[in-house]
Formats: sequence, C-alpha cells, structure tokens
Amino acid sequence: MNKDLKASAPTDSEIVLGILNNSEVVLKRLYTTYFPMILQLIINNNGDEDDAKDIYQEAIIVLYNKIKGGDFELNSKLKTYIYSVCRRLWLKRLSQMNRYGGDIRDFEEHLPVEEEIDNHSERDIQFGKMESALQLLGEPCKTIMEDFYIKNRSMQEICERFGYTNADNAKTQKYKCLQRLKKLFFQQK
Amino acid sequence: MSDNQLTEFIERYLDGSMTAEERVQFELLRKNDAAVESKVTEHIKFIGLLKQYGERLELENRLNVIHAEIDVHALKEEVMIHPVWIVRMWRNHHSKISVAASVMIFAVLSILIVTGKLSNDRSKYEELSQKINSLKTEVGHIGAGGHPSIVKPKTVKTPPANFRGTGFALTSNGYLVTDYHVIKNADSVYVQNAAGESFHAKVIYTEPQYDLAILQINDSTFKNLGPVPYNLKKAESDLGENVYTWGYPGDNVVFSAGSLSSAAGYSNDTTEYQVSLPVNPGNSGGPLLDEKGNVIGIITARQTQMAGASFAKKSAYLLKTIQNIPTDSLSKTLNLNNKNMLAGLSRKQQLKKLKNYVFMVKVYNQ
Repeated sequence: MNKDLKASAPTDSEIVLGILNNSEVVLKRLYTTYFPMILQLIINNNGDEDDAKDIYQEAIIVLYNKIKGGDFELNSKLKTYIYSVCRRLWLKRLSQMNRYGGDIRDFEEHLPVEEEIDNHSERDIQFGKMESALQLLGEPCKTIMEDFYIKNRSMQEICERFGYTNADNAKTQKYKCLQRLKKLFFQQK
Repeated sequence: MSDNQLTEFIERYLDGSMTAEERVQFELLRKNDAAVESKVTEHIKFIGLLKQYGERLELENRLNVIHAEIDVHALKEEVMIHPVWIVRMWRNHHSKISVAASVMIFAVLSILIVTGKLSNDRSKYEELSQKINSLKTEVGHIGAGGHPSIVKPKTVKTPPANFRGTGFALTSNGYLVTDYHVIKNADSVYVQNAAGESFHAKVIYTEPQYDLAILQINDSTFKNLGPVPYNLKKAESDLGENVYTWGYPGDNVVFSAGSLSSAAGYSNDTTEYQVSLPVNPGNSGGPLLDEKGNVIGIITARQTQMAGASFAKKSAYLLKTIQNIPTDSLSKTLNLNNKNMLAGLSRKQQLKKLKNYVFMVKVYNQ
C-alpha cells in the first residue's frame, strides 16, 4: 500500500527543521507524504475522504504546534506519531457519531497520544469561542481586530482603509472593539 | 483612568513605545494596583490567543491549498481495501441469496419427503420372522373338517402361531436367544424343539438396538438340556470363513451353508456380518456357526434385491447384550459355556449335536 510513498518521503529531521523555518515546501511534502496512509485508515473504517481531510489536517496542526512549541522530541517516527494521532481522533469522532463498532482496522503500529489530543482539543474550544466572538462582533470591528492584532497592520493603514480622518478616532474605535470582543469572548461558556 | 486609556498604556508598554519615565511609572502602577496587574496579564493572554487563532486560520488555509493539489479520488481508489468479489456479492445481495437458499433447501426437503428417501430406507431389507398366514390355515381347517362348526382345536396349547422364528440355547437351564423383531409385540412365546415338544417361554431382556432378545423357558415340563456344545466367539471372524446356520423357516429344521462375505452389514452396519447364505423368513434368530462350531453371529435379515445376501448380528453384541441383562431379571444363573465340544467333529456330527439346542420360536399376539 505504501509502496510509492517511501521514495520521496522526507526524513523526520528535515520536516522538523523545515517547520521551524516556516518552509512551505517541507510542509507540503509532509502533507502529501502521509495523507494516503490516513485516507486508507479513515475510508476503511467507516469514513469518507472529507473525514480523512478533517482528521489529517487536525493531526498536522497538532504536530505543527508541537514542533513550533519547541517541545517536540523525535522519540518515535513521525509517521507513527501522525498515524496514532489520527487514529485517536478518528476513534473519538466515531464514538461521537455512534458509528464505532468497537473495532478498528489498523494499518500501522500506534502509540498512546491521549494527552496531546486533550491539550489540542482544549485549545480548539478556545479558538471556537474566539471565532464566534468575532462573528458576533460584526463589521467594521472584526476587520479592525484581525488587521491590527492578527495581520499586524499599522494603525495608519487601518485609518486609510476605513477612511478615518483622525488617527485618534481610529484608536478609540479599536479600543472599543477590543473591549466588546473581550466581553463577547468571556460571556461564552 | 478609563479602560481605553489603560489598554493603550498596556499596549504601549508591551510594544516598547513608552519612554523610560513612563515605563517606570507604569511598572510602579502594576506593582501597587492588583486590578491593573490582572488587566495586564489578561490582555497578554487574550491577545496571544487572538494571534494564535489567526495563525491557526492561516495554517488551515495553507493546508487546504496543499490538499487541493492532491488527487484524492484516485488515491481513494488505490488505498481502499476491495473485498474479494464473493464478499462484495454477499454484501450487495445477501437478502436475495438467503431467500434463494431457503427456497432451495425447502425444495430439496420436499422432494426427499415426497419420494420417501428421507424416511428410514430399509425397504430392501427384510426381517426374517415369518408371518404365518392365518387365513390359509383357517381355510385348511375348513377344507379338512368339512363342517366348520364342529371343528375343534386339537390342543389348546398349540394354536397356529402368528410369527415364527428360530432361537438357540445359551445355557442348559433354559436361557435362549432370538431376534428382537421375532418376539416384539408378543403376547406369549412358545419354543419348540426338534422333537416337536413346545415349552412356554418368557422374554426376560431385549436389546432393540442390536435386534436381540433373551428368552427363558419357564415350563414345568422342561428338563435340563445338558451341556451346550458350542460357545460364543468373542473375536471377529475373518472373511471367507465357511459358515452355516440351522433354523426353522418351515416346520422342519433346515440347514444352510455359505461363507462370510463382509465384515459390515446392511448400509455398512458394523454390528453385522454379511453372509452369502440362503435364508428364508423363519431363519431369524438362528445361530451362525463357523466350521469349528463357534457361534459367530445370529441371523437377522436378508437383502431382498440381492440373492444370497443375508445378515447376521456379530456374536460380540450378543455377549454385550448378555452382560447388560439386569441381575434381578435372572431367576437362574446364566453361565455361558466356554468349552467348544463341536470342534474336530464333521459337519454331520456337529448338526446331530446341535439339533437339541436350536428351537423354533412361536409368537402369539392379538
């Protein structure tokens, strides 16, 4: 099954270095190398290709954050790590959908990764809250927040974009928006 | 200080755009005012989360771009485990297959029932007890007497029997063996010796699975037979052995000889021998002896569609049956003879000795 995967597979340390250096090429190679393995796991265990995409991307994000967080140690193969995370995520998803028959068809060896997935899903919940808070915030606040805090645009740019004549007005507007965003975020349970 | 101003201070403090003097002041404020301090940490955390959220969105976009380049459909075909065609067929058509199989089974069973194949296929197997045609006997009586009203039975003791078979003595004190099918449904059983004397006998034990029955003569006129000249052979006999039997297919004792042709009987029944020996109804229960005069079996049946093929229950099963008799059914001892007094004698001399130990078994029922 994995016959043509190995030829072009990047080494694990190449991947770790590439991600630390924000290499788009390495990210792409990582992604394309192991996707077939996960597609195989999901579609042969009651899933479809969209499930495979969701699960795989989640696992890549877990790996990416782990490497970026600097606490990644190569004590297992990346392949095994990715497979284990996907397997765990998929089992969780299956039992949430009540489609889990108590039995999964495995293709690779796997490790226990519960803890990391718990951390990951905790953060996911926070992000979900942030997303809905931003939605509730509405325009133009949402864009101002995104431009200033996420995209690191200067107040100058933001002024021009929204046609604020006065930088102080824009600043006041920004702080009001931030106030509301915080309120919306913490109101959610 | 308003919230907005405080936030501005925090941001300026964090991005390093404060003057040194402002900075010292702000740090002092942080230290002295717990509310300001918690505002600062909350702000740092919140903005951090907002930034991480942005990074996450960006990463997801990057991954989606990469994903869009993969030919998922082709890949799916490649990694999908295709079950073998028979499993696929079962998954897709199992209901139809089940129905078809049920219909098939039903059809086969009905055909078997209709043609009678399923019922015990013993149609070609004839048990050799002789049913006596009572009608013919009556006509005979009428013909002989002329006036039916004045014909009287000659003796009450010997009315015409309904069934007839053969039996032979196991002991000198009146234990006999015959076939179960001869005496089954019997109301009363009489045995008659070569001299024509009848004795009443009682069925003391039956073993229907081996088609064997043990009788005991319980008649006041019965005298001890004297030592039984033959013994029961424990081992199985070899094929080709010359064998003979001695029985009552008719009113007189009849001898017939042949050889042992198979170690298994009808439908491969291993409790029987097949013998090529002409036998007739009435021979049932007769002893099957080898040349030395050992009893190796008991005649049970013949095959109707094959001339000369008869069957005899192996003597080992007779021994087993004798062992199975509960001791409280035995009023006298049943000690089998271990000594063969026929060995070495010629066939004619053997028969002379045998004569007194082989009986006609007459069975009466309603």
